[in-house]
Amino acid sequence: MYKSQKRALLYAVPGMALVLIFVYYPLILTFYNAFYRWNAFSPVRTFIGFENFQRLFSDPVIGIALTNNTLYAVISVIFQCGLGLVLAAVLENKMFSKFQGFFRTIYFMPVVVSFAVIGILWQLALHPASGIVNPFLHLIGLGAFAQDWLGQSTTAIYSIIFVSQWQNIGYIMLLFLVAMQKIPTDYYEAAAIDGATGIKSFFHITIPLVKEMTLVTVVITVIGAYRVFDEVFIMTEGGPGMSSQTLVTYMYRTGFRTDEMGYASAIAVLMFVVLLILTLIQIRVAGTGRSKGEG
Amino acid sequence: MKKISPAALIIKIVVLTLLFIYALTIIYPLIWMVIQGFRTNREFFSDTWGMPQVWVYQNYIDAWNFGIRTYFMNSVFVTATSVVLTVITSSLLAFFLTRYSFKISKLLLVFVLGGMMLSPQISVISLFQLLQTMNLYNTHWALIIPYVAFRIPFITFLMRGYFLGMPREIEEAAFIDGCSSFGIFLRVVLPIARPIIATSALLAAMTFWNEFMFGLVFIESDSLRTIPVGLMNLRGTLVTRWTTLIAGLALSAIPIIMVFLACQKQLVRGLTAGGVKG
Repeated sequence: MYKSQKRALLYAVPGMALVLIFVYYPLILTFYNAFYRWNAFSPVRTFIGFENFQRLFSDPVIGIALTNNTLYAVISVIFQCGLGLVLAAVLENKMFSKFQGFFRTIYFMPVVVSFAVIGILWQLALHPASGIVNPFLHLIGLGAFAQDWLGQSTTAIYSIIFVSQWQNIGYIMLLFLVAMQKIPTDYYEAAAIDGATGIKSFFHITIPLVKEMTLVTVVITVIGAYRVFDEVFIMTEGGPGMSSQTLVTYMYRTGFRTDEMGYASAIAVLMFVVLLILTLIQIRVAGTGRSKGEG
Repeated sequence: MKKISPAALIIKIVVLTLLFIYALTIIYPLIWMVIQGFRTNREFFSDTWGMPQVWVYQNYIDAWNFGIRTYFMNSVFVTATSVVLTVITSSLLAFFLTRYSFKISKLLLVFVLGGMMLSPQISVISLFQLLQTMNLYNTHWALIIPYVAFRIPFITFLMRGYFLGMPREIEEAAFIDGCSSFGIFLRVVLPIARPIIATSALLAAMTFWNEFMFGLVFIESDSLRTIPVGLMNLRGTLVTRWTTLIAGLALSAIPIIMVFLACQKQLVRGLTAGGVKG
């Protein structure tokens, strides 16, 4: 029935063309651009070979950025995947399933809000003089910890990561909830007859059966951590100094603030390589996980 | 009826308390935001935790007039246009991928779905250059076209899954009745696919509405900015007028929270289908 090939192409062309021109072509262009010295609003371009790439290795900010991205990834995996898993398991428990809808809705709410809102809101909340975080610490007896969270190079990146956890735990929790709802209830009933309830059944039934989703959430959070931009740009713009710079914020800075588009493209290539490695690891791990599960 | 043991009851109360405290840390900053928007700046700086003595609406009106109105309208236009274009192109593409088989069909599928793996962040520099050469830089189309292009792979993936699962009998019947392939697409496939179209549209709308980086880089004029970037601008102009700024934040967050509360089911289905958030 679907025979007319000419017609068929008409259906495919608009989408394919957009993806080709605006998704794939810019990627190739990024590689090409990284071999030149050029500016945003000037037609002059100089071919400089691998100079931009060599600079990556001697640039201390790249080291800072990679460290911050990695820190972001590790903390996000621990809190989002860890806490997300525990929260989902608790809400799936019979004792609390009555309240699941309520808590799920509230925990998920910040996920749909733009980070521009959340970032500015937390910036105000973390403000040393007029925020609400420091007074709160005093209130609960932790006044000694009160400080200028975003204004110090030692605490800035951690404060940003904290806000990011605050926003995203609900999303990861939701993914785990979906996975857990697919576990047949008789598994738990059978385990209960054998005396395994609560925490025991969490470790012996829930965790093994959401293994695949655990992998998905780890991949999402890690890749997200290396792509982070909004959070850092909105809250500190990479400062104070360069202390909270990440790959993308530093790329933005070199490209659009100091107008070294060639070097910024080289940073983008570095990012591409990092993300490619992560994706390959993901495919590898997912592959072995699946074959083990079947065999 | 099974009786609950005292130990279990204590656990239940403790866990519920913890869940509730966590819920409070999520919801309190959001409520704080809405309430502080109703206070005067002086009140705010004398006590950042307090309630308004008199509820004043002026902050909300000021925030709206200072820029939120323009940003809001821009966001509505960019989001709506992008959503419509994304749904049209993706559904056509999914229809093509599920109903026709060519020699290179598999390759085309990999090509489209592979786009999901590519991050907009990597391309932002060269897209900027590309949009400049196409004379689209600093227009709304500089946002709409890349938004649509970067969403097509995921939305096509969502729709493809749905289209594959649809029963073919009705399409065959329509064909025998003399319906063209486009007629089948329009009058048979799309109506059946309504749920997935709703999910796709909502999901795409949420991403476009909140998108920040392209909005920052591809738009230069303040009058063309969308809400997320506009808020940064507002933060700059309202340096010390915190309560007006906070009112602006609330005005930007409330619509999307309303949409979420109203369409939770569809949104959640889409967000968990591919495990791809932004």
